[in-house]
Amino acid sequence: MKVIGYIIQKEFKQIFRNKGMLPIIFVLPLLQLLILSNAATYEVKNILFAYIDEDRSASSRELIEKFNASEYFDVKASYVNYKQASEAMLKGEVSVLLHIPQDFERNLVRYKKTDLSITIDAIDGAAAGVESGYINQIIQGFNKKIRLELLSFSNGNSKPVRIETIPSFWYNTTLDYKTFMVPGILVLLVTMITLFLSGMNIVREKEIGTLEQINVTPIRKGEFIIGKLFPFWVIGMGLLTIGLILAKLIFNTPMLGSIGLLYFYTSFYLLVILGMGLLISNYTDTQQQAMFIAWFFVVIFILMSGLFTPIESMPKWAQWFTELNPIKYFVEVVRMVMLKGAGFTDILPQLIKTLAYAFVLNVLAVWSYKKVS
Amino acid sequence: MKRFLGFVRKEFYHIFRDKRSLFILFGMPVAQILLFGFAITNEINNVDIAVLNQSKDVNTQEITQKIDASKYFTIKRFLTSEKEIEEAFKKGDIKAVINFEKDFSEHLIKEGQGSIQILTDATDPNTASAITNYISSIIQSYQQQQNQGVQMDYQIHPEVRMVYNPELKSVFMFVPGVMTIILMLVSAMMTSISITREKELGTMEILLVSPLSSFQVIVGKVVPYIFLSMINAAIIIFLGITVFKMPIAGNLILLGLESVLFIITSLALGILISTMVKTQQTAMMISLMGLMLPVILLSGFIFPISSMPAPLQVISNIVPAKWFITIAKGIMLKGVGLGYLWKETLILIGMTVFFIALSIKKYKIRLE
Repeated sequence: MKVIGYIIQKEFKQIFRNKGMLPIIFVLPLLQLLILSNAATYEVKNILFAYIDEDRSASSRELIEKFNASEYFDVKASYVNYKQASEAMLKGEVSVLLHIPQDFERNLVRYKKTDLSITIDAIDGAAAGVESGYINQIIQGFNKKIRLELLSFSNGNSKPVRIETIPSFWYNTTLDYKTFMVPGILVLLVTMITLFLSGMNIVREKEIGTLEQINVTPIRKGEFIIGKLFPFWVIGMGLLTIGLILAKLIFNTPMLGSIGLLYFYTSFYLLVILGMGLLISNYTDTQQQAMFIAWFFVVIFILMSGLFTPIESMPKWAQWFTELNPIKYFVEVVRMVMLKGAGFTDILPQLIKTLAYAFVLNVLAVWSYKKVS
Repeated sequence: MKRFLGFVRKEFYHIFRDKRSLFILFGMPVAQILLFGFAITNEINNVDIAVLNQSKDVNTQEITQKIDASKYFTIKRFLTSEKEIEEAFKKGDIKAVINFEKDFSEHLIKEGQGSIQILTDATDPNTASAITNYISSIIQSYQQQQNQGVQMDYQIHPEVRMVYNPELKSVFMFVPGVMTIILMLVSAMMTSISITREKELGTMEILLVSPLSSFQVIVGKVVPYIFLSMINAAIIIFLGITVFKMPIAGNLILLGLESVLFIITSLALGILISTMVKTQQTAMMISLMGLMLPVILLSGFIFPISSMPAPLQVISNIVPAKWFITIAKGIMLKGVGLGYLWKETLILIGMTVFFIALSIKKYKIRLE
């Protein structure tokens, strides 16, 4: 026990002695939490909008005015012909183009039917879908208004039925993305820091040659590993704490559930990450290799964690695959606890899987760690 | 020159000797692009939902069937009371509940109006609003069916054309993004590590007293990585075309050249990092922690830049990946040439020059 204490002391000294490293461990992640949480939004606004109005009638102007008034569209320019407009679209200056043909108003009044053409830059398919939804809303609203104005002249013979849909958004009534993203990004940063640090740590001693020196001492394998990994566990918890404080103070992220439960879960979750780091350390010879492997897994874990893109949308095989992703569980738990106020029984499935994961990884890691090179 | 080539050869030996790193270097991009190309999507599909039907009549059943039949939703279960909603959301296995009012059909027939509540778990706002939109549009089309025969006057018929990506495939959006991430991180990380490694192991000293100029040393270190990254870029583009049917609407050679430019930009950034730090550990943490999330989040890879708050839009300009993604999408999907992309290209060149100039200024010939 005393030995472990000394190793832990040594590790902390080494970490805090490296002045270049401290800001990377503490400042960089928190800075990213503060800045990048604002970037992660799927909300589509400030859409670059342009129009071609060949009709130049009261109706066409009114329709354009509707787009102008909408909070989603940012009217950038008007063009006289399609060629000019599509040029601007190629340059990326315009992403939605409304083309009002000649006789727009005349057809509307005379034939009660008229056409419009809309071109959307659909490289970002999801955004294009949303944009087309907004456009439809605006046009439908315009349609309704015209119908009301002109209906007295027409003879509506039977009354249409109407089904009203009332949306209700739970847990995040204003659809605020930051509420959704801040806990997730925090979790991600905690994971990255602990995994990278622990993955590099032992292999660094290997590469520099100091591991040999430790191996010839009477320190036992278990003591060495615990002593090595414990400091990173502390750093992970510390980072989580600072992150939560910032989330509360700056983003005012709701914390409905028990913070104690969150810490309880995190304390086990970090064991998974540390075990993984140790395992990587064991199977590599240089820090470069270790980092490469850690990076490989982290990129996959991040993008398949449900943090940025929903897991339900993935194909079935990929959903199975995410079961192996520890970050997925942490993201789920942090969102459930903080945003929905989930309790112990709600997160029990995630907790059990995390525990099993931690157990398997650490057994593997300890077993594969050899004192003799 | 001969000496320089010898040095480059030494670097190649270093790389090829380390089989594990080499395997990761080539295996990783392939695995990632395949995985992400198939798995990452922000479209919604087969979302599990529940139905709370308090009226159980013909109309509500027809609507329920219509929703279940769509590829977007799977009705996982039927709830019997409003109390169960909260419980179901907390567990997190369903994302939305459709709540039909009591006596829905009766209201619809007698008063011409019925109402349906769509409750969504909005912890994920994106999914929540997409679900609401899709369900509303299914219900609307049902309403239209019911209204057949009733004449609708004054119709404006918008004809919507989706250009550059008519099928709205999200893979077209993600392939250029994944390619950018891989090139950026591999190049920056590899160079920053390989230079600091020599420093840390003490072999840098030996290189510096050799007859090679320090410029040659650095260039020699970078050449192999340019080569490897080019192969990586080629593999990714090839997979994009063959597996994901990515169209290359523009000039493939131009895309290749732009990729080389971006690789050099990333390598220059890697060199810059290596001149500023002493240990591999710090170099790696900077290139991993400092680059990974900004590259993913501020480059337009997943999240549209135009929707971000204004200060972040400004910050995104200093992320080289943003410019390369614009270029890659432009060439692949829009089919534009240098005439449209000269600005982005110049910016990348400018960044490269800046990184290199700064590294030269910071580069120390003597180790302390």
